[in-house]
Amino acid sequence: MMSFAGGCRVAVLLAVFLSSTARADEKVLRWGADTDSNAPYGFYGADNKLTGFEYDIIQALAEEMGRKPVFVQNAWDGLIAGLGRGMYDLVICGIEITPEKAGEVLFSNPYYVTFEQLVDRKGSGPIASLDQLSGKEIGTLDQTAALTMLEKTPGVIVRPYGQEVNAYQDVANGRIFGVLLDYPIAKYYAAPNPNLQFSGPPFGQITYGMAFAKANTALQQEVNKALQSLIAKGTMRDILSRWGLWTPTIAGAFGQPEAPSLPDTEYKSFVASHAESATLWTRLQRYASNWRLLLDATLLTLNVSIVGMCIAIGVGFTLAIMRVFGPWPLRWAATLFIEVVRGTPLLIQLYIIFYGLPNLGSVFGHPDLGIKLPPFWAGVIGLGLNYAAYEAENYRAGLMAIPKGQMEAARALGLTHSQGLRFVVIPQSFRLVLPPVTNDFISLLKDSSLVSMVTLIDLTGAYNRIATQTFDYFGTGLLIAAIYLLIGLPFVRLARWTEQRLAVDTRRPGQRPGMFSLPGTQKK
Amino acid sequence: METPLLSVHGLHKSFDETPILKGVSLDVEKGDLVSIIGPSGCGKSTFLRCMNFLEVPDAGRISIAGVTIDCHGLEEAPPKDLEAKAHELRQRVGMVFQQFNLFPHMTILENTMLAPMRGRNMGEKDARAHGLELLDKVGLAAFSDRYPSQMSGGQQQRAAIARALAMNPQVMLYDEPTSALDPELVAEVLAVMKQLDKEGMTQIVVTHEMRFARDASDYIVFMEAGQIVEVSDEDEIFESPKDERTARFLGRFQ
Repeated sequence: MMSFAGGCRVAVLLAVFLSSTARADEKVLRWGADTDSNAPYGFYGADNKLTGFEYDIIQALAEEMGRKPVFVQNAWDGLIAGLGRGMYDLVICGIEITPEKAGEVLFSNPYYVTFEQLVDRKGSGPIASLDQLSGKEIGTLDQTAALTMLEKTPGVIVRPYGQEVNAYQDVANGRIFGVLLDYPIAKYYAAPNPNLQFSGPPFGQITYGMAFAKANTALQQEVNKALQSLIAKGTMRDILSRWGLWTPTIAGAFGQPEAPSLPDTEYKSFVASHAESATLWTRLQRYASNWRLLLDATLLTLNVSIVGMCIAIGVGFTLAIMRVFGPWPLRWAATLFIEVVRGTPLLIQLYIIFYGLPNLGSVFGHPDLGIKLPPFWAGVIGLGLNYAAYEAENYRAGLMAIPKGQMEAARALGLTHSQGLRFVVIPQSFRLVLPPVTNDFISLLKDSSLVSMVTLIDLTGAYNRIATQTFDYFGTGLLIAAIYLLIGLPFVRLARWTEQRLAVDTRRPGQRPGMFSLPGTQKK
Repeated sequence: METPLLSVHGLHKSFDETPILKGVSLDVEKGDLVSIIGPSGCGKSTFLRCMNFLEVPDAGRISIAGVTIDCHGLEEAPPKDLEAKAHELRQRVGMVFQQFNLFPHMTILENTMLAPMRGRNMGEKDARAHGLELLDKVGLAAFSDRYPSQMSGGQQQRAAIARALAMNPQVMLYDEPTSALDPELVAEVLAVMKQLDKEGMTQIVVTHEMRFARDASDYIVFMEAGQIVEVSDEDEIFESPKDERTARFLGRFQ
């Protein structure tokens, strides 16, 4: 217990330190995007700096508006929800303007117009329309126009992917027939691959817009004005040309000449940087160059896990006492909590805590009353409460495993019920539950990877960042797995050591190291 | 005649509608050693456990060393101060269990120190000295830093007696103290109880040890089917039992 308490104090200090980021002052433009696997929109380039055509647009736009751009990373699935939390002023991340989405958020005027591009394996026959894809497996991304388009085409077996790289890889490997995705994605991820080919005509038309919170019409108008000016000045044409994205479609939409105004230097350098096959040495260099990210991520993972475990132990212990010794309303409440938490996925619980609670007020007609937890605390509380349910059951089993005679002896000696618990029953059950609690901590350490879904860059977040930047999924995966293993090991050793220390006093000389031989468990 | 140290009157107790005790009354004078015998299931253990409220009686009155608890209708509406009164009563009564119930995570010395330190706020030094003295009395001074699992059953039961004595009780209750012991270990425990009897301790023993009952008791209580059938002098009950049921029960041991 002592080591946990000490760890908690350090972890809380760390947490305070980590969450003390500077508040935004008046003249900033906070923009949200998911940079993982997000070339050429907004992504970390080979030099580990943020880049992308949307990044360039935001820089130009902010300058035009006289604001300072501030980037906020968020997971793709949570981007729109993040607007509701007020995490940023706008989202720019290849979001298509659709009537359904326009019901939830405000959109700027289109900053890019494009189409869906089918990619299949080199040598596949020609495809003229989507109907020809009937019976075939087609990959795409979640929450995209392509997904909607495929779902409307009868007979197509849709495979939604989390990351485009994986989808294209599966086409090259022959696992699926093709991938339908926005043209910029196809151009950057599929065109350089000699095993893949563009197939068929442009499908549909997609317009990208920046998204604002529903009430933020002022910013919407400000952005639209600046965007109009950038288009008129030719800045937009310059940016899109450099990224190789100046197509007849967008030229038509802006009413400007079809020819690019500048050479596609950004596209060329992207392709070049990914063409060179990484040797083991260059990979190691790349990992080493990310040491700062990896260190921060490791500390965050440890921090989240230790604080989460402290919450789990504290709440779990309270729940167990409530459930074993409490009057029926407490017993009932504890049981309900445990069953609900154990019966629902941790990921959903995290989403509810992070994205759901801020909207709590609006459910009851008071939009200002939501509970807005910072990402760190949302993650830690989610993990802590989830594991508390499991801990409670551990402790309950531990408490119930102590023979009734122990409490009777304590009471017969003139101790009160709570003294009997404190000095007799709990110390004994502590030894019994130590091994399962340690196992739970190691599980929690690994489950903490889910907090990357609430915008924290923990080890799993770092994996996403590095892997999608370098396309080195295998090596990065091994590296991150190794770090998890390494930081888990000391806790395994510590637990084994404590367990042996505690077991000594109850072992007969020459007896095999068992947990316990309680005198009261013999025949009755 | 002085008032008895322990007085039980009209005790009733049922478990799930099955009556176990049907109006049991008993007075015990200070310094007496009383054995309670009787067939399995006759209620003798329940009777003993009721005396320090490990079981709450349904009806009856218990009075031990100046603490009186009237249990009429307790089961329907336990009075708020029952727990406080029972706690006060337990301070004056020591109990020894069939399965010893020593605390396995403490040495036997720590076992004797726990209750005085936590229940009576005795200082650690005093509790240690007191504990060592009691362990010496039961012949375990040399084993004070052993854990219960490192000792024989007889040693454990003697340690349990020392632990109960640590609260300086006025009455000691024994619930079949030798039933879980190997035959060769019984004598050492009984010797301790006889020694306590010499020192004037009031003791009530639920037992199957007929030899001990006869040798050491001041008198013997025979119970059957939830009632006290006979209270007799220790030799008398064996040689000429007044009740036919007592005779039948004791006949098995002759």
